[in-house]
Amino acid sequence: MTARFPTTGICSCRSGCPGDVHLTHLSLMDFRSYPALDLLLAPGVTTFVGSNGQGKTNLLEAVGYLATLGSHRVASDAPLVRQGAASAAVRARIVRGDRAALVELEIIPGRANRARLNRVPLGRPRDLLGLLVMVLFAPEDLALVRGDPVERRRFLDDLLVARTPRLAGVLADYDRVLRQRSTLLRTAAAARRGGRTSDLRTLDVWDAQLARYGSELLAARGALVEALRPRVENAYSAVASSPAPTRSPASISAAGEVTLTRLEYHSTVLAGLPDQALIGRAHSASIPGEPIAGTPGGDRAALEEAMLAELARLRPKEIERGVTLVGPHRDELLLFINGRPARGYASHGESWSLALALKLASFELLRDDQREPVLLLDDVFAELDTHRRARLAELVMPAEQVLVTAAVDADVPVTLAGARFEVVDGRVDHVAG
Amino acid sequence: MYEGIVQDLIDELGRLPGIGPKSAQRIAFHLLSADPADVRRLAATLNEIKDKVRFCRLCFNVAQAELCRICSDQRRDPEQICVVEESKDVIAIERTREFRGRYHVLGGAINPIGGIGPDDLHIRELIARLADGTVTELILATDPNTEGEVTASYLARQIAPMGVKVTRLASGLPMGGDLEWADEVTLGRAFEGRRVVA
Repeated sequence: MTARFPTTGICSCRSGCPGDVHLTHLSLMDFRSYPALDLLLAPGVTTFVGSNGQGKTNLLEAVGYLATLGSHRVASDAPLVRQGAASAAVRARIVRGDRAALVELEIIPGRANRARLNRVPLGRPRDLLGLLVMVLFAPEDLALVRGDPVERRRFLDDLLVARTPRLAGVLADYDRVLRQRSTLLRTAAAARRGGRTSDLRTLDVWDAQLARYGSELLAARGALVEALRPRVENAYSAVASSPAPTRSPASISAAGEVTLTRLEYHSTVLAGLPDQALIGRAHSASIPGEPIAGTPGGDRAALEEAMLAELARLRPKEIERGVTLVGPHRDELLLFINGRPARGYASHGESWSLALALKLASFELLRDDQREPVLLLDDVFAELDTHRRARLAELVMPAEQVLVTAAVDADVPVTLAGARFEVVDGRVDHVAG
Repeated sequence: MYEGIVQDLIDELGRLPGIGPKSAQRIAFHLLSADPADVRRLAATLNEIKDKVRFCRLCFNVAQAELCRICSDQRRDPEQICVVEESKDVIAIERTREFRGRYHVLGGAINPIGGIGPDDLHIRELIARLADGTVTELILATDPNTEGEVTASYLARQIAPMGVKVTRLASGLPMGGDLEWADEVTLGRAFEGRRVVA
């Protein structure tokens, strides 16, 4: 390994090596508003303060891009490149324990990105996934609770990849098969309407491929929801409970009150099963957990069979509508507060508490996996009342590194004291004290 | 923009796969300054390929006659057919000198987005080649990607009832590589396709 990485290489196993992770150096070239920027960072809390539109969020977006190869603000890469430039570059030095790695990513809109690790080009940028793991808190998080199902599926899938980078490949394969199969169905449906004969001879083989990747994704999501459930419940109690000591989270559960919040995963794959022997719960399409969270191999085979059966059952409907109706891309993560669906029923404050709880649970889960995420808090304090601000500040303190942006100093709880930078018109200056 | 014919040349070259506008420009100016005899030879070759190059009547590999070099070679084993997507895959397998059977070039892979279904590939002709019972093994060597896998599965399902042995190329670890550097998909496939050695 030393032969190939002459610099002190970070452990390449990308999974659970001991040691806290933080960035010591971030440099940007032609990224968003920054022609060139070099920033030295330290462990602990760093706050970037500046008015809106000065470039604070761009800094966190760049760090997030290194971790996920995507932006939390835009779906395409073009807006990330400074106007007039052909490409953008993000470079960071990542330290894990006593090892360091230099990660470089060139973002070229419309083309494949180029990635280097310790100056060695990587075959695929995807191979960077897992070196830097982050959890981002942003105003957009409210959509996790109030938005469409796609927001919650993306939340689960992003977390899956952060925990197990290999699954990025499964997701990409699933997506590719899904698009091919859906095109086949759509073309056939159009041919039928046009009075021509539709060609569905290859549908069986596409079903087999879809079930193969879909079952793997489903098994992974099932296990993830199980792992998240207790953590979300705890985090919700911690964020939502009033500060009075008589109503601490422990006393709530001790008093035997109803669980404040609940997660349910509803799968289109299991919707048509007459009995739920596969998942061990009758008359419900949700995945309660143990069987799926258990041995992935055996359960994956059962899920694959279930998915093939459901595809067969809904085939006439799929052919008629020209859409793929069965699979993880149509599943739903349902969130409940006090027994009612959070989407539509929860108040603004409750929605925020739940959104924060989902993110805090991700943070805790990744820490328990020893993935040691860096926390990014983008303008999130401004959205919260004083009580939730304080609880959030308290709960993120254990992180090795926290990067915070805020429009005004006063938004950030004093407990989060640390390094301060002022961001004014693309200039980032360290402020003493 | 260059004048008239120079720009035409750049545009034509830029239409070729793997050649962007800058490479097209570089090649165009190379041709302008090159020896006229060389350029005329290139032009003559380009003219000839559309007239002279044909596809083998049996296997659809590129050929200069009705049958390609491999199909007309009596020493090749008629019992094995290796199914590939493109002619260039034939060349790649020939380089290994491992395979002594014959080929069948499908002309692509099943790809609904690209508008390619089974009838757009030389599948009917492949099935016809199996009819007389000479072929005992069909080796599926389509690309190890989504479309290649689907094409292989489709062929396997079509041909299995005919009593011909159908095999698929193993996919796994490259020789001379380190296990620790293999990507997870490759390593996973290699696990799936592991063999008993003792």
